[in-house]
Amino acid sequence: MAVETTENTNAAKSFLLPLVVVVALVALWTAVWASGAFHESALPSPIAVMRGFGEELKSGRLINDLITSLFRVSCGFGLAAALGIPLGLWLGQKLSARIAFLPIINFFRNLSPLAWIPFAILWFGVGDASAIFLIFLSAFFPVILATMAAVANIPTVYFRVAQNYGINGLERLTQVTLPAILPQIITTLRVTAGLSWLVVVAAEMIAGRDGLGFAVMDSRNGLRTDLLVVEMIVIGLIGVALDRLLVQLTKIQSVRWGYER
Amino acid sequence: MSSKPLQLEKVSRSFGPVEVLREISLSIARGEFVAVVGPSGCGKTTLLNLMSGFDQPSSGLIARDGQVRMVYQQDGLFPWLTVAENIALGLRHLKKQQEQARQTDELLRLIRLEGFESHYPHQLSGGMRQRVELARALAGQSDILLLDEPFSALDYLTRLRLRQELARLLDERPRTVALVTHDIEEAAQLADRVIVLSERPAQIRYELSIAVKRPRDLTHPEVVSAIHCILTELGIEHDHERAAGKSLAALTE
Ligand SMILES: Nc1ncnc2c1ncn2[C@@H]1O[C@H](COP(=O)(O)OP(=O)(O)O)[C@@H](O)[C@H]1O
Ligand SMILES: [Mg+2]
Repeated sequence: MAVETTENTNAAKSFLLPLVVVVALVALWTAVWASGAFHESALPSPIAVMRGFGEELKSGRLINDLITSLFRVSCGFGLAAALGIPLGLWLGQKLSARIAFLPIINFFRNLSPLAWIPFAILWFGVGDASAIFLIFLSAFFPVILATMAAVANIPTVYFRVAQNYGINGLERLTQVTLPAILPQIITTLRVTAGLSWLVVVAAEMIAGRDGLGFAVMDSRNGLRTDLLVVEMIVIGLIGVALDRLLVQLTKIQSVRWGYER
Repeated sequence: MSSKPLQLEKVSRSFGPVEVLREISLSIARGEFVAVVGPSGCGKTTLLNLMSGFDQPSSGLIARDGQVRMVYQQDGLFPWLTVAENIALGLRHLKKQQEQARQTDELLRLIRLEGFESHYPHQLSGGMRQRVELARALAGQSDILLLDEPFSALDYLTRLRLRQELARLLDERPRTVALVTHDIEEAAQLADRVIVLSERPAQIRYELSIAVKRPRDLTHPEVVSAIHCILTELGIEHDHERAAGKSLAALTE
């Protein structure tokens, strides 16, 4: 029973303490707003933001933009994973291919996907395709690099065990190579999904006619700082939710070893 | 099948300019347990890699008859599989799931890890992991077992216990075994024949047969005498009575 009580207090604590911080921040925001230090058009009040939130919900625009952005991230990120992981597998196993491609992959990995925006618009116009292309670029190269490194670092003893027990060919890929790198793949997917979520906002600000990034730009142009804050809050919360979602993958029993050793 | 599952004839292996093994000739009979002892870095793992077929000799011949399994110096269990799934790797030839499960259970009992079948390797102690490795290697129908210092990472008592366990497992499921170790006690307690390698380039320096049935006590007179012989051969122990007599003589002179 004693254990249960401490668990309850811990659960209560982990809910209450962050809440206190959030309430304090909102209070601070209200105080700054009330002091008049900022011009009315430069800082909205929490009340105005709440009203804006209701307005956005009623019009349905916020939900539409949210779905649009999530769709683009899913496509771009999914494509990057679907192509990047097999490519990384191949590069990880072929030393000469690695030597040939590593410098160029590193180059693109370090080139901000935002620098591609002008070309994205020229090639794909304004809309889904441009945004998906940019998100793809943000995730593709990191996924290749991480998969490649993970494959190259698999202890050779696993392959020798596989040989001893007659695990060869395709079976070796699915029963040894993939499970051996899965923990690192999941970590990489978490990091790059976050990256994609950052990039989609920037991409839509410039190369979009809808989506959360476009909404931010639109609110700015309309001088609606209240809606701007609403959108910022939603963008941040969705980013956190995406990571929470991907964290669930690390709870799969057969990958726990990668995080507990 | 021939009666010699493993035969090495004047096998040498060099890595570039480094000569590791020089003209090793050795044949192991069916069901025989041979221990190879030698100092760290003398080429024991290299020798096992050659026996397993994973590595090729620079010169000489190796004949192998039967399916080989190796138990590795480092962790060779697949960390993404449970204990039962790891053991079942050794039973992949069985088509019937039921039969696989039955034999896995039997092996779990044999290594005294009932109740741990759904644990993952990282949830086990080093000694438990070594036992699972042994069970996996002994599962099914392999013929030749190559053991690369399988107990070297364990504490002394666990090592003693696992030696007994290995002897017992082999009693139930006989195999042809080559054990490589730097632990002379381990070799003397387990092997039918102990082969002592010299420093690099390793050559066979000394060979000794021990004709007592396994499992044996560490303090069995034959085991103690074998340890003494090997240590004397290595110049580490001396014949104390004779040595004592000599020094007495020196004193009285
Ligand atoms: N793949 C390799 N390339 C170069 N040298 C090697 C290789 N494998 C082993 N050696 C050398 O061979 C010697 C014996 O190694 P090893 O067989 O692992 O010794 P042991 O198992 O007896 O400790 C060492 O000096 C090591 O440096
Ligand atoms: Mg070794």
